[in-house]
Order: sequence, then C-alpha cells, then structure tokens
Amino acid sequence: MSAVETKPLLQRPGTRLAIRYAIAIVLTVIFVFPIYWLFMISFKTPAEIFAFPPKWYASKLQFGNYVGLFKDGDAVSVLNSLILAGTSTVIAMVLGTMAAYSLVRFKTGGENLAVWIISQRMVPPIAIIFPVFLLYVFFGWVDTYHGLIILYTAFNLPYVIWMMRGYIEDIPLELEESALVDGWTRWQVLWRVVFPMARTGLFATAVFTFVFAWNDFIFALVLTRTEVITYTVQVTHYFGGQSNFWAKIAAMSVLGTLPVFVAVAFMQRYLVRGISMGAVKG
Amino acid sequence: MSDLKITRLHKRYGLVPAVRGIDLDVPSGEFTVLVGPSGCGKSTLLRMIAGLEEISEGTIEIGGRVVNHVRPRDRDIAMVFQNYALYPYMNVFENIAFGLRARKTPQDEIQKRVKRAAEMLAITGLLDRLPRQLSGGQRQRVAIGRAIVRNAKLFLFDEPLSNLDAQLRDEMRSEIKRLHQELGTTMIYVTHDQIEAMTLADRIVLLKDGLIEQAGTPLDLYERPATRFVAGFLGSPKMNFIPADYVRDGSGAAVKFADGTALALPRGPEGNRPVVFGIRPQHFSRDPGSLSGQAARVRATVELLQPTGSRAFITFPLGGKPIMAELASHDVQGPGESLDLYMDIGRAVLIDPETGRVL
Repeated sequence: MSAVETKPLLQRPGTRLAIRYAIAIVLTVIFVFPIYWLFMISFKTPAEIFAFPPKWYASKLQFGNYVGLFKDGDAVSVLNSLILAGTSTVIAMVLGTMAAYSLVRFKTGGENLAVWIISQRMVPPIAIIFPVFLLYVFFGWVDTYHGLIILYTAFNLPYVIWMMRGYIEDIPLELEESALVDGWTRWQVLWRVVFPMARTGLFATAVFTFVFAWNDFIFALVLTRTEVITYTVQVTHYFGGQSNFWAKIAAMSVLGTLPVFVAVAFMQRYLVRGISMGAVKG
Repeated sequence: MSDLKITRLHKRYGLVPAVRGIDLDVPSGEFTVLVGPSGCGKSTLLRMIAGLEEISEGTIEIGGRVVNHVRPRDRDIAMVFQNYALYPYMNVFENIAFGLRARKTPQDEIQKRVKRAAEMLAITGLLDRLPRQLSGGQRQRVAIGRAIVRNAKLFLFDEPLSNLDAQLRDEMRSEIKRLHQELGTTMIYVTHDQIEAMTLADRIVLLKDGLIEQAGTPLDLYERPATRFVAGFLGSPKMNFIPADYVRDGSGAAVKFADGTALALPRGPEGNRPVVFGIRPQHFSRDPGSLSGQAARVRATVELLQPTGSRAFITFPLGGKPIMAELASHDVQGPGESLDLYMDIGRAVLIDPETGRVL
C-alpha cells in the first residue's frame, strides 16, 4: 500500500505547466511559421522554392533574390515607403501634438471637438478614394511624394490628436505652470515639459502612425503610377497572370518587414512601459 | 514701499464669482498668509497674482507696475506648488536650475546659486538624484530651492505643506519661517490650515466667499475677531458659541442663556437684544487668579474628557450647548465630575446673530 497519496495526473502542478507550455509552443509555431517560411523562400533558389516534398530550409544563404531587386531598381519602393511613412509621421506627430495640447489646455472647440476629430478616423479609405483621386488629378498630385504625405498625414492626424490628448491630460498642470512662472514661454514649455513628460506616448503613437502609413496599400495603389511606388504596391507587381515570382515576392516582403521590426525593437520599452511620475506625490 | 498692491480685484468663472472685490496692500518684506476654507478664493487670488488666471476686473501691481496683462515669466515672481511640480526626468540640480536656465543665467552663476540654495535647505547631498528617489519632505525642499535661487521680488506659496505628514509639516513650517527671516523677501502664502496661518504670518488675510473677512496680525484676528466666522476659524479647539439674550439695565450688562444661566459682563453695548455669546476654550480656568480679567464662575459637569498631555479638553453643557474648555490635565479627574470653572469674561465676544458681526 502506498503511503503517498497521489493526485490524478492532470491535476499535478507539473503536468499543468507542461500542458500550458505545449499549447504556447504550438500557437507560437503556427503564428511564426509563415514569417519563417517567407524568410526562407527569400533565400532559396527557384529550384528549391518549387521542390517537392518542400525543403524546410534554404540549403545555403544566397542573396541573389535581393541582389535582383536592387539591380532592377525595385528596392527603391522600400525607400519610397520610408520617405512617405517617415515624413507623414513626423508632420502628423508635430501638428497632432500641438492640436492635442490646445484641446487639453485651452479647451479649444469645447468638449466635443475631440470626438468629432476621432470620428474622421473611422472613414473607410475605400469610401473616399475616388473623390480623392479626382481631386488629386485636378491638382496634379497623383504619383507625387507630397500627395501621399498629405493624405497619410490627414489620415493619421485624428489618431495622433486623440492619443496625445490622453497623454497630455495626464501631465500635471502644475508642471507647466511652474515652468511658466519660472520664465519659460508656452512654446518652450511645450518643448521642455510637455514633450519629455509625454515621451512614452509620443513614441508609442509615432510607431502606430508610422505602421499605418507603411502598411497602406489602397491609397498607394490608386494614387501612384511609376514614380512613387511603395513596397506594398511593388509586391503586387510580382503576381503575374501566368506565374508568380515567389522569390521576388518573398525578398520584397522581407525588405518591407525589416524597418517595422527595427522600429518596434527600438521602441519596445516605450510601447510597453509607462513613464514613472516622480514629480507628483507618489 | 509695497511690493504688491491689489485694487478691487474680481474673478468670475462664467457667471460664478470666485473673487468679489479684494483690496490688498502688501508691504515689502512682509509674510502674508491668505487663509480660509476651501472655495473661499484664496488660491484663485494667488494664481491671479502669479498670472496663471486671467483677471476679470480690478488691478494687480507688483513693484509699482500694473501687471494685469504681463505674462507670468515677466512678473518677477517665484512660486511653490502644493504638488512640488518637480520634473521627473531632471535631477535635483537641474530642477533647481530650471528657472535660471530660462533666464539665460551664466553657467558659473547657476552653479553658485544652486549650491547656496542647496546649502540653505540642507539638500546638497541630493543634487544628483531624481525626484522619485526623494521623500516628500525632500521634494518640497527642492521645490522651495527652485523658488529661492531666482531672487524674485515676490514669493508665492500655494498650500506647500498640505501633502506632507503632520511631523514633516511642523518641520517645514519652521524651515519656511526661518527662510523668510534670512531672505527678507515678500512672501504670500496660501493655506487652509489656521495653525500654519497663525505661526507663519506677519499678517493674516482671512477670506470667505471671495471677500476679505478680516486682515491683520495673527493676534489681532485671534483676540479681536470682527465676525463670528473669524472667531470660529482661528484657534484650536474652536471658539464656543452659545445663543443668549443680552440685557443692559441699571445694574450693568449681562447675558442670559436658554437654561437660565446668567453671566454679568464687564462692559457691553446699549439696548437689549438676542446675541451669540462666544468664548474660547482657552479662556476657562479652575483658578480665578490665573485669569487676566474679570472672572465669571460657572458650574460644569464633565461629559467628555480628552487629555492631550499637559492639557486636557473637557466638554460640558452650558446654555443648552456642549461647551469645550481647555484645562491643565491635573485639574480634572474624569467624566461625571462636577467642577467650578472660571471664565475670563472680559475676553468673551458678543455677536449679532443676524449679521454675524462682533458687537
């Protein structure tokens, strides 16, 4: 007779932990596999890509697919995306933060303006793309940098204003008042107090703004021709009627993914962590 | 020469008045305390002086110059806030130097002034720390340091001690008083705490509902309150108030309470009228010889005893009201005891029940 009373297998702590890990690993594999597969294809030779049974990894790291993209000049589309997303993010952050500051501190537009502004963000791009296209044709803005930058900025501003409004509301008013009394101007207070205090929010909002512009497809598809093609549009050029250029699709997709990886990796601590408010009683 | 002159000052938020016509003259070097219950307009008044609130009507002069439309930064003031208002991303040195940097003070001058301020406030060892690494008392010292390095004409304090625990508050109160003596700068200090007001002020300005109820030295207000509100606001425990009938006849002045107790008064106004009789707990004693003026005897049955160490507070009924008296601890045994108490009747106040004014 055993002296130790044993619980049923499923109720032992060790078993439960193992099950949790197993589930987590399975889920991770499911989510990560397509990305892994994308990276692998980008390094494979055409023979390897179409091999059957499939090759789970590239036999050697060869950059021929990437070299092709740069030789053809297709890689410029990534640079275009960077310029468009980067510039529109900077403009939207600057204008949006100032607008949010005005909403919070000067009660500009009363209680409802902020809600009205965020409602602009709810417009589905597809619903306005044709009027915008006609307008841009009229202005001669189709296939230009500034055309898309203005559009991305306009689309991101409501989001930036809404988010920054929340972050600025959390800044104790006394910090700004104290700076005003101490001899700084409003603009200096914005720069020296509001920006540093809202730093976490600024970076987090900027990342999302950047990613929106970066991932945009519909605007870029309709409003660009040859000059300012973004990488999302460029990828679709590789889907042909007869065949798909998988190697190019994969390599271009990797190029398009890397900047976002880098941005998120660098901004991770701002995305995750809230700044500690040591200034006020705590 | 006055550093601050306020004339017929009003502040309205929409239709709601917060300050309703204040005149105030603060002589150079004086420590003025604005005190009153919450909502009395004291903070609004201070913020208008600082330039953080718009003025609805009236004028504010600082150093002889009307500053109604002058930006806060150009008013030559320094302000200490209730929540310290320290910048969490700057160390203590930079926090103190922040205002000097705004004024483009040379670096060596900044070093010198911050060092001197830190020495005065005993925070020299903390200059490299961030605000979150400081205790509440240390943070408040830094906030005060930031104000004193500026050498401003006017120092404004907005309830600077409210966030501190009782012991620290006592300590910082002495510190602020000492600083005022050392610096000799004109200081305006807002508080709702009457003890802070009494201990710090050269002059107390007591506000109520956006108006000055009474202004004067702490002792003035304590001993010669103009209204029932002032009498009740200053002093701890607060003054006892008993409704009474005031009678003046051939034999002199007297008050009669609802329970029939009558007390003769050394002096009083003409005519018979209902009044409110006010007497401070401190103006009772068991020994008539210890009182400065004429003593009136009352019989007290102790209902409640609150010892505080050397002194004890007793509560007993008089004129149908529970009355508090402060006695020496050994003068009273416990609840239920019946004693003869002597009231310093000359220091009692008679108040008009309708207007609340002291007669």
